[in-house]
Amino acid sequence: MFRVLWPIALALCAAAPAMAGEVTSFDLKNGLKVVVIEDHRAPVVTQMVWYRAGSADEKPGVSGIAHFLEHLMFKGTDTVAPGDFSKLVEANGGSDNAFTSWDYTGYFQRIAADRLELVMKMEADRMRNLKLSEDDWKTELQVIIEERNQRTDSDPGAIFSEQRRAAQFLNHPYGTPVIGWRQEMEGLTRQDALDWYRTYYAPNDAVLIIAGDVMPDKVKALAETYYGPLAPSEGIGERKRPQEPAQLSERRMSFKDPRVAQPYVTRSYLAPERDAGDQKKAAALTILAAALGGSSQTSILAKALQFDQKVALYAYAGYDGTSYDDTTFDLAVAPAPGVSLADAEKAMDAVLADVMKNGIPAEQFARIKTQIRAENIYAEDSVASLARRYGEALTTGLTIADVQEWPAILDAVTQEDVLAAAAEVLDRRRAVTGWMMPEGATDNTTELMQ
Amino acid sequence: MIRVIFATAFAVVAALPAQAAVQIQELTSPGGIRAWLVEEHSLPFTALEIRFEGGTSLDAPGKRGATLLMTSLLEEGAGKMTSQDFATAREALAADLSFDAGDDAVTISAQMLTENRDQVVALLKSALTEPRFDQDAIDRVRAQIESIIRQDETDPSAIAGRTFDYLAFGDHPYGSSKYGTLESLAGLTRDDLVAAKAATMSRDRISVAAVGDIDAATLGKIIDDLLGSLPAKGAAMPPHAMLGLTGGVTVSDFDSPQSVVNFGQAGIRRDDPDFFAAYVLNHVLGGDGFSARLMDEVREKRGLTYGIGSYLVPVNLAETWQGSFSSANEKVAEAIAVTRKVWADVAANGVTEKELEAAKTYLTGSYPLRFDGNGRIADILVGMMAEGLPASYVNDRNSYVEAVTLDDVKRVAKRLMTPDALRFVVVGKPVGLETTN
Repeated sequence: MFRVLWPIALALCAAAPAMAGEVTSFDLKNGLKVVVIEDHRAPVVTQMVWYRAGSADEKPGVSGIAHFLEHLMFKGTDTVAPGDFSKLVEANGGSDNAFTSWDYTGYFQRIAADRLELVMKMEADRMRNLKLSEDDWKTELQVIIEERNQRTDSDPGAIFSEQRRAAQFLNHPYGTPVIGWRQEMEGLTRQDALDWYRTYYAPNDAVLIIAGDVMPDKVKALAETYYGPLAPSEGIGERKRPQEPAQLSERRMSFKDPRVAQPYVTRSYLAPERDAGDQKKAAALTILAAALGGSSQTSILAKALQFDQKVALYAYAGYDGTSYDDTTFDLAVAPAPGVSLADAEKAMDAVLADVMKNGIPAEQFARIKTQIRAENIYAEDSVASLARRYGEALTTGLTIADVQEWPAILDAVTQEDVLAAAAEVLDRRRAVTGWMMPEGATDNTTELMQ
Repeated sequence: MIRVIFATAFAVVAALPAQAAVQIQELTSPGGIRAWLVEEHSLPFTALEIRFEGGTSLDAPGKRGATLLMTSLLEEGAGKMTSQDFATAREALAADLSFDAGDDAVTISAQMLTENRDQVVALLKSALTEPRFDQDAIDRVRAQIESIIRQDETDPSAIAGRTFDYLAFGDHPYGSSKYGTLESLAGLTRDDLVAAKAATMSRDRISVAAVGDIDAATLGKIIDDLLGSLPAKGAAMPPHAMLGLTGGVTVSDFDSPQSVVNFGQAGIRRDDPDFFAAYVLNHVLGGDGFSARLMDEVREKRGLTYGIGSYLVPVNLAETWQGSFSSANEKVAEAIAVTRKVWADVAANGVTEKELEAAKTYLTGSYPLRFDGNGRIADILVGMMAEGLPASYVNDRNSYVEAVTLDDVKRVAKRLMTPDALRFVVVGKPVGLETTN
């Protein structure tokens, strides 16, 4: 029940697809991939359009353009006036929004199932027919700068996280924040947005997911009608980003801010992601994260640092393998009062060394597997989350088969797999370690935190 | 002994087709505890929600934080199980159990697989009836809560919330943090936790709802087993809170590029005949989505914020009408001025026919979309029970929204909205703003 300083464990959420048979997929001639996930319990449908373009696909110098365009997609087309997209959805009892990440940009509406045609028509329309007036884009630029103020610059944890990520990825664009660096955001223009839009917003770069109380035949007919006529983009090249050079030296950072009340130490290791047809290593890392930090009471870090040694208030481990390029395996420890960050880090490293030598206790390993199997059942309760899972996978280089095989791959992970993955990834020479401290603290103690 | 009444859910507005039914069974367990049930056998699990009215507002004088600490400790050891044993057992059963305490209620949410439901119920029962409150667990969890309190002291959103609550409710429990203070927390003993449990978790204030792979007879037995041995009566409820809000600005100096703003005035009771008119009015003013007046004027037209919203907050012991946003220090004064102007305009002139119709279509159309998962449905049902609403409310609710007229909205806007009495709490380094009385 406790608010932690970092995102809650993603490890177990990464498991589990829908029961096979409920998911149907087909491609339109113009390259649009369509996935239908049926759930007939309630007369509700979710439409999601995912573009295989995120901030890591931006050119240097225009960071934030992927996210800026996401905002501008609500500014109207020839047939829908600025701001009316959401109003029309709401006037039909639905809700809508959008999101941008490093690997994708997505748009969704939740609405009564018999209103699906309306939102498919509107979403298809804005895939190719966006109109941007002078006033609209300038005002919206102020909105995203306020968004940056709110999300990042007002939050020392977010500032430090952005800085650590920049250090983690020296060469890969994952080191650039999705929202953009402030000085580059301030210089974004209407033309930058249109260039981005015209390159990437096209059926051959998109995945359409319809989830809920729908039949695949009906979806196919509607998709042909509204998305079928859209022209593909010619300008989409191979999706190849600059990769990381070998990391040869450990990276350490510290950050002090008067707004920090609870110090913590973080560690992130460069780690492989799930690849199409090759998810075994990512599965082992998923289990490793669950074993180290998946439970606030029984996970290895929690048990050792919070219960046995009493040197920590919280301990965290997380890994989300759903990523187009290499991702990170993350750890964090918030020391108990009177315990220095140096001692907390030392204790964390000792636990890691022990795990790498002795593995995960057998009963714990079995419990994690049981929970992952149960998670498959609980996950079926939210068709919108299932839609999100497929969208994320299909825009990060995975296939529907990869999503459906993932639970079995997780279930097949052995102790040896976990140890091998840990040995490969948990190497401080390939890591960034961060110390987050209150203003006035010295690097060796947290006693001045009051 | 089990009385079953079927209430089929939502036939919706003319614009939308009739919706599939959520069939609510109202039952009374053999031991006399009321519960609502929706059977849903397509997935082999059940979501169970239990709510005890009162919550952290029942903290005894000088014991602020006791209810929250107690609730957090329910999963930290029970019966013969230590904290570690309890967590290990829960994980081996792949059950989700969560325990929380808010201003108005202690809540327990459980998800359990059909295949091991009896074992999960036994585990949950031990947490509810024989928590250990071991000293080492108390110390460990107390340290976690202390860390939250310290973080809240330097978090602008938390400062804004706390400042607003204190201005609104003063020394009433609503006026302070449910976590308590470092001082009050330090003074809590195991006896205080035992007392807090007896005060807040009793049979006279329970609401129970279950949704999933379970039938009425089984649920009745489970409820009696889980809750039958709790004390019959808890502590007396605290008095209604007196609202101390006055119009003006309260600035709390905080070094940050952006100011966080909480604002509000008096609200309306949930059972007031004008509640639905006020609810529709608020949707036009500052409801979800991008089309509300405040969002349009402050964000869409001027780019002064990333988001602004307003909400009616009718809780058990007070009624307020609140809103919030963040804005750059140089722009926050303008954002507040625009907010005031919108508030005054709507107070004087109400809303347009078109806005009213759009709001009604959205509110009636989106209502059924809330019922889209076992846990979410159980949560809605237990909330309805706690409000004293009948199960038929799920059918009738949209007709209350539909019945709201333009004149109702105008009248209620005039009755309730007091632009001069809006209080803005601003945490940051706002340019051109100072505290007023």
